[in-house]
Amino acid sequence: MTALLYVLLAIVVAVAIWQIASILNLKSAIATEKDNNTQGILFAAFGIFFYGLMIFSFVKYSSILLPDSASLEGEKYDTLYFITMLLILVVQAITQFLLFFFAFKYRGIKGRKALFYADSHKLETIWTVVPAVVLAGLVLYGLTVWNDVMDSSDAENPLIIEVYAKQFQWEARYAGADNELGLANVRNIKGINTMGVDMTDKNALDDIPVRELRLPKGRKVIFKFRSQDVLHSAYMPHFRAQMNCVPGMVTEFAFTPSLTTEEMRANEKTITKVEGINKIRAEKGEDAYEFDYLLLCNKICGASHYNMQMKIIVEEEEDFNSWLKDQKTMAQVVQ
Amino acid sequence: MSDHHHKETFITKYVFSTDHKMISKQYLVTGIFMGVIGVFMSMLFRLQIAWPDKSFSIIEAFLGHHQDGGVMSPDIYLALVTIHGTIMVFFVLTAGLSGTFSNLLIPLQIGARDMASGFLNMVSYWLFFLSSVIMVCSLFIEAGPASAGWTIYPPLSALPQAIPGSGLGMTLWLISMAIFIASSLLGSLNYIVTVLNLRTVGMKMTRLPLTIWAFFITAIIGVVSFPVLLSAALLLIFDRSFGTSFYLSDIFIQGEVLHYQGGSPVLFEHLFWFLGHPEVYIVILPAMGIVSEIIACNSRKPIFGYRAMIGSIIAIAFLSTIVWGHHMFVSGMNPFLGSVFTFTTLLIAIPSAVKAFNWITTMWKGNIQMNTAMLFSIGFVSTFISGGLTGLVLGDSALDINVHDTYFVVAHFHLVMGVSAIYGMFAGVYHWFPKMYGRMMNKTLGYWHFWITVVAAYGVFFPMHFVGLAGLPRRYYSNTAFPLFDDVADVNIVITLFAILGGAAQLIFLANFFISIYKGKKATQNPWKSNTLEWTTPIEHVHGNWPGEIPAVHRWAYDYSKPGHEDDFVSQITPLNEGEEES
Repeated sequence: MTALLYVLLAIVVAVAIWQIASILNLKSAIATEKDNNTQGILFAAFGIFFYGLMIFSFVKYSSILLPDSASLEGEKYDTLYFITMLLILVVQAITQFLLFFFAFKYRGIKGRKALFYADSHKLETIWTVVPAVVLAGLVLYGLTVWNDVMDSSDAENPLIIEVYAKQFQWEARYAGADNELGLANVRNIKGINTMGVDMTDKNALDDIPVRELRLPKGRKVIFKFRSQDVLHSAYMPHFRAQMNCVPGMVTEFAFTPSLTTEEMRANEKTITKVEGINKIRAEKGEDAYEFDYLLLCNKICGASHYNMQMKIIVEEEEDFNSWLKDQKTMAQVVQ
Repeated sequence: MSDHHHKETFITKYVFSTDHKMISKQYLVTGIFMGVIGVFMSMLFRLQIAWPDKSFSIIEAFLGHHQDGGVMSPDIYLALVTIHGTIMVFFVLTAGLSGTFSNLLIPLQIGARDMASGFLNMVSYWLFFLSSVIMVCSLFIEAGPASAGWTIYPPLSALPQAIPGSGLGMTLWLISMAIFIASSLLGSLNYIVTVLNLRTVGMKMTRLPLTIWAFFITAIIGVVSFPVLLSAALLLIFDRSFGTSFYLSDIFIQGEVLHYQGGSPVLFEHLFWFLGHPEVYIVILPAMGIVSEIIACNSRKPIFGYRAMIGSIIAIAFLSTIVWGHHMFVSGMNPFLGSVFTFTTLLIAIPSAVKAFNWITTMWKGNIQMNTAMLFSIGFVSTFISGGLTGLVLGDSALDINVHDTYFVVAHFHLVMGVSAIYGMFAGVYHWFPKMYGRMMNKTLGYWHFWITVVAAYGVFFPMHFVGLAGLPRRYYSNTAFPLFDDVADVNIVITLFAILGGAAQLIFLANFFISIYKGKKATQNPWKSNTLEWTTPIEHVHGNWPGEIPAVHRWAYDYSKPGHEDDFVSQITPLNEGEEES
């Protein structure tokens, strides 16, 4: 790969030197008819390259994209995303074609006069109104999805989890039997009480601190985010979920996991992606990778920002409940 | 002013000049110098992204104690992306682009002897120069320069315990930016006053070239929004140095509770983006103005929909001040606000679409002269559309959730305001070089420069969208900590190779630019057969622009290929023929 790099560099430098030498000839600086012709054809060629690059990228890189959504809310996200992308690609294909085609078709010819065409109310009305109507639809649809995702007030018996961020590590706390998180503040951080839970608050005693996130399939999970030092962002791409963690305030995001980790591993797109990854890993002599959901930090937070992660496991509700029952509560931990 | 034939010394002519043409050249050369630094930094961190564990002698040579055996440290990686962003957005694309062309073209195209206040104009440049010097100096301090991202969100930017760059490096960043803002405000006020008051006889607002409209509106946005960044920076300085709690609350770091209470980083985000979003239009509007002028001139056609173009500039400017919250959909602000900002943001697509369609229609049935400036203008329209369309994803609060802060965003804004604005700047330089230096730039080199750049830029930023859609967050020093992203590594290598190709292509431009200043072919008075006033001034610069009377203007700037005229252009100073209607 580096060899290729040096070759490319050498080509560019050679071209540069060769051309700088010819600059002293004081060649004509204004485009001639011949230039117009060559450059017009180059634009046509570039148009083809451009479409080629788009198609190539979609074919080649579709395997690296995220697999299907693993949450109910994320499914709505994916539909909205698909429609928006389709629209973008149609507009992109048409406008870029016109641009490069006109550059080719109307390349200058000596003696030809351009059409004096300064205005058309009809045309301008069309391309004001059509985008306006399309966008109105997109906005309305987008806002419905947004409201669905962001409003978790009507959730029945949601699971409440606090996700806690610090340089450069995640922790979490389940709300416990009363499903209510106890108060917390960084001023209470002491020893093993790393999240600053207020142990004088009776809601806090049954809270369950963990270092690995487990979620039940099919039950709505409301996450409450806190940070103890700088901004972080809790990013769970497979669930189409993200929210910043802000020191001094509690932020919120909710989703309903719809595929267990096992189910996701068996998903066709995941299998293709994991196969691709493992082929690369095998070449480098690294262990095979097995798919897991992840929580990543997605807001620049310092030197190890790039390695701030926590594993997420989604399982059937009974498995989840029995796991949770085995975890120690705050009262037990702090004693 | 032309009768002030005071003697000019070397210092008053080349250093502390009050002549807008000289100041414009000073802006351009300083901007190019900063651009070289900014682009070079991107080369360094692209090497890191593509080959995270590999040792490079170039990294060893340039990064001093911030590297170990040719591999850069995570801290300096973050510093490089931070300073790259700062330099490119502010020093190159704000000062370098707007400063250069507003200064050069406003007096020349409206028919004025100079700016309203030559002295303030000079002060504006020298403040910019000072802020550039401070920013460059900050690269050399022990703990490294500011490294909290170009958005400098606190608490990261406020606490040296959180990242070493938030010590002296951040202090210098803030001082530099405060001076920069003062410079920008002086410049903008000057542009506004000059456009409003110093137009020549007959130069109605509705006859102004679109360049001037763009610079004028840009200056207004600058005056409205830059002071807010200044106040955000001042409050941050207070938090950092005087223990106030505007942005900070409940912080526990390195085993210690800090005293801050009651502040909110979200406040900073609001203040920052109140400038930050208009800033992208401060960057892109002048490029749009330049491109409108060049496309019309080189298509030998009037710009299509002149009034709609002005209307859309004004609409974009207005909307740009009420959309900042789309950078904060997942910041923790009330979701209802998110809905409002989605609505206003997607509205911007309408005037943007009008502009894009109007440029394309201007080329329709034209007689396109493929000068280098025109190539870059066509490139501008292409990248503006490609980058603008993905704004429909990012501006939609629901869709933003999963691509926010990923490489998808990086690809989007680099295409729509980075690459596009740089193309606008190149187009401007190639087009007005003869006006600035009295010589022409070499066209063959220009063609090479354009084609390599345009292929490289798409080669970098098109695949980058997919990296983002794979879920890879931006500002990751390396993605080796996640096997999940192992399949992105190959794409990153492709991107880096194209980036190096594109970076190297800029050497062609630099050579062409600096050699042409001294060796370029002598320019004729109106090389591109353009209608606007600047081409009626003599090739040799004179203080006061026109040796005699300032010519009066009789028509708009876009009478290209007008029926009833023999030539395919009619200068604005040509009186209307008998019975001729003004377009």
